[in-house]
Amino acid sequence: MAKITLSHLKHSYYPNPTKSEDWALKELNLEWDDGGAYALLGPSGCGKTTLLNIISGLLIPSHGKVIFDEEDVTDLPPEERHIAQVFQFPVVYDTMTVYDNLAFPLRNRGVDEETVKSRVTEIAEMTDLTAMLGRRASGLTADGKQKISLGRGLVRNDVNAILFDEPLTVIDPHLKFQLRSKLKELHQRIQNTMIYVTHDQTEALTFADKVVVMNVGEVVQIGTPEELFETPQHTFVGHFIGSPGMNVLPCEIKNGAAFLNGSKITTTNKAPKDIKKAEIGVRPEYVTFSEKGIDAEIVKVSDAGRFNIVDTMCAGQSVKLLVQEGASIPTGSAKLAFAPNSTRIYSDGWLVREGGAK
Amino acid sequence: MNKTVNQKAWFFVLPVLLLVAFNAIVPLMTVVNYSVQETFGDNVFFWSGISWFEQVLKSSRFHEALGRQLFFTFTILAIEVPLGVIIALAMPRKGPWVSVCLVLMAMPLLIPWNVVGAMWNIFGLPEIGLLGKTLNTLGFDYNYTRQPGAAWFTLILMDVWHWTSLVVLLAYAGLVSIPDAYYQAAKIDGASSWSIFRYIQLPKMKRVLTIAILLRFMDSFNIYTEPSVLTGGGPGNSTTLLSIDLVKIALGQFDLGPAAAMSLIYFLVILLMSWIFYTVMTRNEDQ
Repeated sequence: MAKITLSHLKHSYYPNPTKSEDWALKELNLEWDDGGAYALLGPSGCGKTTLLNIISGLLIPSHGKVIFDEEDVTDLPPEERHIAQVFQFPVVYDTMTVYDNLAFPLRNRGVDEETVKSRVTEIAEMTDLTAMLGRRASGLTADGKQKISLGRGLVRNDVNAILFDEPLTVIDPHLKFQLRSKLKELHQRIQNTMIYVTHDQTEALTFADKVVVMNVGEVVQIGTPEELFETPQHTFVGHFIGSPGMNVLPCEIKNGAAFLNGSKITTTNKAPKDIKKAEIGVRPEYVTFSEKGIDAEIVKVSDAGRFNIVDTMCAGQSVKLLVQEGASIPTGSAKLAFAPNSTRIYSDGWLVREGGAK
Repeated sequence: MNKTVNQKAWFFVLPVLLLVAFNAIVPLMTVVNYSVQETFGDNVFFWSGISWFEQVLKSSRFHEALGRQLFFTFTILAIEVPLGVIIALAMPRKGPWVSVCLVLMAMPLLIPWNVVGAMWNIFGLPEIGLLGKTLNTLGFDYNYTRQPGAAWFTLILMDVWHWTSLVVLLAYAGLVSIPDAYYQAAKIDGASSWSIFRYIQLPKMKRVLTIAILLRFMDSFNIYTEPSVLTGGGPGNSTTLLSIDLVKIALGQFDLGPAAAMSLIYFLVILLMSWIFYTVMTRNEDQ
């Protein structure tokens, strides 16, 4: 178990990166506490797997350092870093039994058979594999195989961190939930650092205590699920997290206040003088119909279970709002109000801080 | 439900049926026909029952040829399969050298078989051939037209040169189909290179290796052209494999009855051994 520090980390798959697009991972500094459950969330190709492989040692970063506790492990191979990794597609050793699969990492490290037996039995019990120990691993279903991959990581007691690379991709939807709860339960039980890579916000938000949101090789925000939802630091976070995502509306700025189609919008922050590409962001949850406000045309109402999602057009831009099931929805034109405490000004995509700086 | 019965559909099957009839069934039945009759020419046949089969099965000539055939086939399998796997493992998986290696490997397979025989025939000549001359200069007494040992050495070397590529290409195809995650997981699990080979690469290559072994078994058991051009079965009868012996009986001595009986036995041996190979190699698949 260890605290993981990433210091001035950068990576490019090109030998001589020149443009900013050449970097698969732009400079980042991160600290991950021992025993935490973290998620790396971002769309495909945002660099989250690159980052994960750098931590596990499958990839050596072009710049920067990976530090476990106080030890610099940047140049150490995976087997010397004491990490475990579960991949997108289950990796099992087909010809071995489930027992031998779980015992494999221990036997490779020369652990005596007695210890192997007690560890394997214990881990099999934790991952619900006890009944299948004698079976050939190739005959198991995808979720069973993924449990074996996970079990091979848990079986070693020298593991610094367990890394998951979109581990639920090939799992059936109804088993996804089960396996995710299992992971959560295991985390509470063994208190090991877990880093979970995914592009699925539900997986990230339910699994992790802290979520690292990434976009085009850059860390956009690190925070608890609540922070990501309530105060997105970047319009990307607002849009990527939440269903539907945050409304992002280009606006005009006069004297530090935002105006949309001529009406003043009350926001929690003030726009600085040097604002670039001014936008306001407000989640659909915080948009309501009201007596007075901004004029909008209702385009479409879709039923999303307990809520109705209402699509409106407001000054040529699409604004979505969530309305409780059963509440009345006007037809044709309506007026919209944005909750002031949850409406913010963004400059060039980034949230404008209270002081005005980025 | 109303099913349309349309007998015209049979016409679509007819061309294939004719093709199969002419290239397989008719020749095979002709052979069966010869194998149970005796003829003295002029298209006059006498029924002889299974006497030709008995004669072939009891003849020491057949036993010896079968023995040589088995020795040849198992020797080349024992060399080509491991060698092919080793070469496939050593080949690069990525980069510009992949195509270079693949083309080099495919080359021997593209050469006509009688040319392969002729090449090695000249290559091995003690006075002018590169191989023969070199060996003799180095002090080895090597003459494949006179020494049975030298003839066998050349014959096996030629087959290894000609056919190992096939095993390499199949094994390589099996290797590149293994996802990177397997190697990464093995690295993290602390597996040695031997463990990676034993538990990841070999199991993943199993299917293609089964095909490779079956193909090499059948082809080498049927081999005729290359040894016939290289040694013609000599010196003496030392490299007379089954197919060469068969041609000698059928076309050299024109003994149609024994030749036909031998062909059928030959065919059944290949069929039986292929079946055994296949069953043994796929035995554990469904567990």
